[in-house]
Amino acid sequence: MTTYLVIAALLLIGMLVVQISKANEYINTLRGDDAELDTDKINGVLWYIFTVVFLVGIVWSTYHYLPLFLPVSASEHGHWIDSMFNITLILTGIVFVLTQGALGWFAWKYHGKKGKLGFYYPENNKLEMIWTIVPAIALTILVVVGLYYWFRITGPASDNAKVVEITGKQFNWLVRYEGPDGKLGTNNWKLIDETNSVGIDFTDKTGLDDIMPSDLHFEVNKEYLIKIGARDVIHNVGLNHFRIKMDAMPGLPTHFKFTPTITTDEMKKITGNPAFDYEMNCDYLCGKGHSAMKMMVYVDTKEQHAAWLKTQKSFFELAIKGTDEEKKIGSLAKLEDAEKKKSEHSNH
Amino acid sequence: MSEKDIHHGHHEHPKGATITDHVHYQDTEGVIRFEEDHGHHDADRNKKNFIHTYIFSTDHKMIGKQFLITGIFWALIGGGLSNIFRMQLGFPDVPLHFIGAIFGDKWAPNGVMTPDFYNMLITMHGTILVFFVLTAGLSGTFANLLIPLQIGARDMASPVLNMLSYWFFFLAGLVMFISFFVPSGAAGVSWVFYPPLSAIRESSVGSETGADLWLVSMSFFIVSSLLGGLNYITTILNLRAKGMSMAKLPLTIWALLITAILGLLSFPVLLGAAILLMFDRSMGTSFYLDKIYMSGIGAMPHEGGNPILYQHLFWFLGHPEVYIVILPAFGIVSEVLAVNSRKPIFGYRAMVLSMLAIAALAFFVWAHHMFVTGLNPFVGSVFVFLTLLIAIPSAIKVFNWITTMWRANIRYTPAMMFSVGFVSLFISGGLTGIFLGNSAIDIQLHDTYFIVAHFHIVMGVAAFFGMFAGVYHWFPKMFGRFMNRTMGFIHFWITFVGSYCIFWPMHYQGMAGVPRRYYSHGAFESFNKFGGLSEFITIAAIVVFLAQLLFVFNYLYSMYRGKKMTDLNPWKANTIEWTTPINPGHGNWDGPIPTVHRGPYDYGKDGEDFIPQTVPMRPGETTHHG
Repeated sequence: MTTYLVIAALLLIGMLVVQISKANEYINTLRGDDAELDTDKINGVLWYIFTVVFLVGIVWSTYHYLPLFLPVSASEHGHWIDSMFNITLILTGIVFVLTQGALGWFAWKYHGKKGKLGFYYPENNKLEMIWTIVPAIALTILVVVGLYYWFRITGPASDNAKVVEITGKQFNWLVRYEGPDGKLGTNNWKLIDETNSVGIDFTDKTGLDDIMPSDLHFEVNKEYLIKIGARDVIHNVGLNHFRIKMDAMPGLPTHFKFTPTITTDEMKKITGNPAFDYEMNCDYLCGKGHSAMKMMVYVDTKEQHAAWLKTQKSFFELAIKGTDEEKKIGSLAKLEDAEKKKSEHSNH
Repeated sequence: MSEKDIHHGHHEHPKGATITDHVHYQDTEGVIRFEEDHGHHDADRNKKNFIHTYIFSTDHKMIGKQFLITGIFWALIGGGLSNIFRMQLGFPDVPLHFIGAIFGDKWAPNGVMTPDFYNMLITMHGTILVFFVLTAGLSGTFANLLIPLQIGARDMASPVLNMLSYWFFFLAGLVMFISFFVPSGAAGVSWVFYPPLSAIRESSVGSETGADLWLVSMSFFIVSSLLGGLNYITTILNLRAKGMSMAKLPLTIWALLITAILGLLSFPVLLGAAILLMFDRSMGTSFYLDKIYMSGIGAMPHEGGNPILYQHLFWFLGHPEVYIVILPAFGIVSEVLAVNSRKPIFGYRAMVLSMLAIAALAFFVWAHHMFVTGLNPFVGSVFVFLTLLIAIPSAIKVFNWITTMWRANIRYTPAMMFSVGFVSLFISGGLTGIFLGNSAIDIQLHDTYFIVAHFHIVMGVAAFFGMFAGVYHWFPKMFGRFMNRTMGFIHFWITFVGSYCIFWPMHYQGMAGVPRRYYSHGAFESFNKFGGLSEFITIAAIVVFLAQLLFVFNYLYSMYRGKKMTDLNPWKANTIEWTTPINPGHGNWDGPIPTVHRGPYDYGKDGEDFIPQTVPMRPGETTHHG
């Protein structure tokens, strides 16, 4: 019922607008030039009002929403990104106010008046030079600062960075940590099945102690190198508070290095939200479950992290040992042999 | 040499005579052939034959109108789709039973849309508006309508190719429209169509038959653009009226020429990418696929491809595409601003050069869409530099438009309102591009609502504003009648203020990291703080959509009932389309094509309000360009 009422009301408003417009048009035709000058004046004033309301409104709403944007950065490079964002915001903000202000001012001030001509002013090379060079200088600053940070963010990780592997699949994340041996075992996509979800090759002994927890845990102030991949389609590792975004693609490994700087407990205090937790989301459309691809992230103190690690059992022990899956170990070598023979056969 | 040739010879400008002579020679040949062989015969037949006049017409003006009407149809669908998915984002609890009624109950059980349906909506919204409305609807309409009229030609260089261009577009639209109603629905893998999601049928419902049809439709569409583009370039280069040197071309024509060149160089790359994708989907090739294990299916046989290859090919078109969308709007706005400011466009030469610079740079910035794909950081840095370089010619254009309005005598028509609005939007959307073009900041803003806000303002709404300005301005030339001005002003203010209300708050969401293409943000604590803003945006989107219905009504009503045009040159404009009869026939000018003597922007010069391009230079009169 309400739907029909709303439609009826909208139709009524529409008809009203149309009738007023038609009537207004007849009157204007009768009044001729005067009507046109009035229109120019009304619209000029409206431009003036719009520009004032627009600029004031933007300052107000930006101030109002300030606490919500750029959530507190919890990584070292996050502060670099935030400071660049702020520099750009100030520079573009100045240009924004000046140009929108000038546009609105001119739109009001120079509305049509009787017997006036436009000022013949076809070109001025000096002015063109000014507004080529000034933006060029501003942009050079932004490029130089931007690239300085870009190379620092994307530069190589140090040797003692701890490696964590994140794999995306429809529609959840899989993470793998090295075990006590300090090495991630090799894996191969051909070994992936329902149980061995990232295809760890257990013929490589370093993989036997790898752990695959259901949450991400980082130690505060420790450098991490995240190795990123995907099983099926493109996903994107999104760690909003850490200012991380990196595509996860099948067949094309990527990585991102970072150092978390604020523990979950500290962040609960900073945000004043006792329920606060870091989250990892997917930032590239991967299908119907895209918006629910979530994993919890915890940043711990050194002690907390060590305690957590102690509770973790290796993936091999939890899921493989003593199951049928264990018998499959070494199947890759057999598979490769068979393929080799097949190709040799076809070559003959 | 015909009589006309000799007649024109009297006014001949000694300067640059050799080049224009050549052009003129070809042109006159065309004129004579046209009038003697086909002229009256054609006109007679057209009167009798409905199909020839309105459907398979070869008259560029009719083809322009066909593009426009088809564009408006698709704009209503594309815009309507956005309102439906905005309901899911703003008011997920409100049941939408009509979805089930139109598309089938499985898409919206109990009126709640499924994530698959949501993905389908966003995919089709993007595809339809970028390609069918802002490429075909904008370029197709105004290139067809304005090129022959403003350069002084009887028609396009190849009217038949031109007709085919429209009908390939129509076919593309037909296939896309049908795709909504196949059992697996239309494509739902986002408009950028990245594999493997788009390459593997089993990856999502939106990657089934709908995706095949999408690729077929896009192939037809690309053929349409290429046929049109070839024609526009050939016509502008070869069929200009006597005296119409390149330096005397209106900026609309410059913009349309550069647009056509961009399309001709970039669309074939997308066609290649689409064909390879079809192979991967249907013939078991692995151009884009490697090492894939699908849950529930197992390892896929594809090996050795590269998903990034597609992205490079796609954005090699995709980036020039945004300039294909915005350049015609640049041209239209420049023209409308000058005419209604009663002043020359400031810095004609700088305007042309900046458009050329933008077009050239457009081909070297595509990887800025790929900063977070693990691209080599050095390659990324090169693209940062080239991307921010584009800001310079863009800034020049903005300053020149603003200076054009300085000390003007502005006549506010709806077209002028939309042009000033365009400049405002282009500033707002352009400046946010400086954030995104800087790769380090892009890490935070990539694929969030910030980028959604950025490109909707700078190329979505702004290009629409260019289109509206063009329709209001040249409506009298199309139909011999005016659109209702009051309705035009109401349409403008609701659309302008409403668009800012839709897209401005999205910047805030984007800065907070809220990702785009999310069916629901409810799963994430840090994204779920903007419920109120989302509702506000949805309401604004619906209001803006309703205002467009007012425009469509005004358009259709004015076609038949609008105030009749009595004056040949109602806007007191200089360009030569206003020297044609009120309802020009096929061939545009009844008599000879006028000779051009001056640039298109002599407004307010030497105490005269305007001096049309057909008025000879006075002795001793100086010119600023050309």
